[in-house]
Amino acid sequence: MIRTLPSSKSYKIGYSIFIAIFYLFLFAPLIVTCVLAFNNSNFPALPWKGFTLDWFFANTSQRVGVFQDSGLLRSIYISFVTGLYVSIFSLIVGTMGAFLFVQEKFKFKEPLYFLALTPLVIPGVILGISLLLSSTIAGNYLDDHFSINLSFLGPSFWLVVLGQFSFITTFVVLVVSARLKKFDHTLEEAALNLGGNRFDVIRLITLPYLKPALIGSFIVSFLMSFGNFNTTLFLVGSDTTLPIDLYSRIRDGSTPVLNAVSFLLIFVTSLLAVFNLIYSNSKNNK
Amino acid sequence: MIKIKWGFYIFLLPVILWLFLLIVLPQIDLFINSFRVVNDFKDTTTWGFGNYKSFFSDSVYWYTFVKTAIYSIITTILTFLLTFPVAFFITKVVSNKYSGFLALLLLMPFWVGELVSVYGWMILLRESGVINYFLLDIGVIHKPLHLLYNNASMLIGLVYMSMLFMIVPIMSSLEGLDDSLIEAASDLGASKFTIITKIVIPYAAPGITSGSIIVFMLVLGDYLTPDLLGGKNSLWFTEQIYNEFIASFNWNQGSAFGFLLLALSSFIIWIALKVTKQSLEKAVS
Repeated sequence: MIRTLPSSKSYKIGYSIFIAIFYLFLFAPLIVTCVLAFNNSNFPALPWKGFTLDWFFANTSQRVGVFQDSGLLRSIYISFVTGLYVSIFSLIVGTMGAFLFVQEKFKFKEPLYFLALTPLVIPGVILGISLLLSSTIAGNYLDDHFSINLSFLGPSFWLVVLGQFSFITTFVVLVVSARLKKFDHTLEEAALNLGGNRFDVIRLITLPYLKPALIGSFIVSFLMSFGNFNTTLFLVGSDTTLPIDLYSRIRDGSTPVLNAVSFLLIFVTSLLAVFNLIYSNSKNNK
Repeated sequence: MIKIKWGFYIFLLPVILWLFLLIVLPQIDLFINSFRVVNDFKDTTTWGFGNYKSFFSDSVYWYTFVKTAIYSIITTILTFLLTFPVAFFITKVVSNKYSGFLALLLLMPFWVGELVSVYGWMILLRESGVINYFLLDIGVIHKPLHLLYNNASMLIGLVYMSMLFMIVPIMSSLEGLDDSLIEAASDLGASKFTIITKIVIPYAAPGITSGSIIVFMLVLGDYLTPDLLGGKNSLWFTEQIYNEFIASFNWNQGSAFGFLLLALSSFIIWIALKVTKQSLEKAVS
């Protein structure tokens, strides 16, 4: 039943078939989506009518490819920029949080840490509506009492960034603290004894040690932001992100251009995954 | 360790701002707003339980609420049953050479995002979809089956998007399980069933708990999958919230619904933690 124990042949075969079916379940929707992006048909369905790249490059009255569709390109760009801002902000604040919760002792640390974990158990839709509500209240208050009109307090690009930041930071805190807990404090103490100040020590000793966790959580934050739907739905203004754009297109009736976008996403993330695998393998071999 | 106080506050301030402005304050606003009742002419505001009363008096809301809770629990259980053998396979059965690769493949649906996965399922399941095409082609059926827009297709989508969040915590707790415990039990004559129920599952309990909590919460608060795969009859509670906020523009009623959903998720997670004797801090880290 485990590597070192013998098992009956039928058990082994049965188990392997289960695993194979599981992976088929896992990949069927992704593979079908990719394949139909190249089908020479106006609907994302079988039968196979031949290979075409129209859904990437064409610009005719019937078919507009991804790279010719300015609306899609714009929402990809918006998602990309949103992802960058969210992952940079989350990385900075999340790392600060990890330092506080792992290395410092202060009053109310326990309740604060509990609070930092709550975004994990608040449904994404609730995060969205509650932030929309309180930013609108704040916006109305500022407008009524001080005649200050801050447009980012309504549904807008920056509100989406804030909403995604609010829960992605929690993941950064968890990932970075996990690595920080394994850190050998004597290294920091030695550097402090030798006259370094707290920030020099963090910059020169602790951050290089944390680098793999920081890179990892940056990538995960970016992907979480890029794919987020449930929170973004309530906060989005005129700058629609890619998932929101694709959602409204799917509801209007789908064309294979959606498959082409999905193919590009699957392709890029697979590249990232392979890169990640090679990177972690070369590190293990050292 | 030497402490420089101002350095500490530079670290503390952004964290405090994040937690209080983006988490605590919005939830308080949600709570307060849920008691605000505006009359039909939108000119006077009173406070009271009116929004909650309309939830309890209208059976559609009630039904949706209970259905969402039950289906979230079913999804969590199904996800566990499906992924636990896979987690065991990757950590304990397959040779170490392949386990990293198999684990990496599991991440794909998460990396490409929920929307792409849901879209893939729509292409597979709908009437003109790939599964119906193959079934018609080989002659098993003669009319396309209605595979999409029902509770089953919704469950498939929900389980699909949740698998990763269940399997990763289970794998990380199984990795700590010493193989010699299983060997010893097997040498002493324990059956596979006994080994699984008496050794493996108790050992993986913390991972199972944290996986279940995250999956339950994600499913309960999901809007995209029930909406696209469940269709008009999916009756998911987040859709009611969306309708109140975006379609009817009745934010006070929507706040009450939102707060009820938040209370429900906190309550069920709290029960799960009590029953399994875990704490939130331990479960998520």
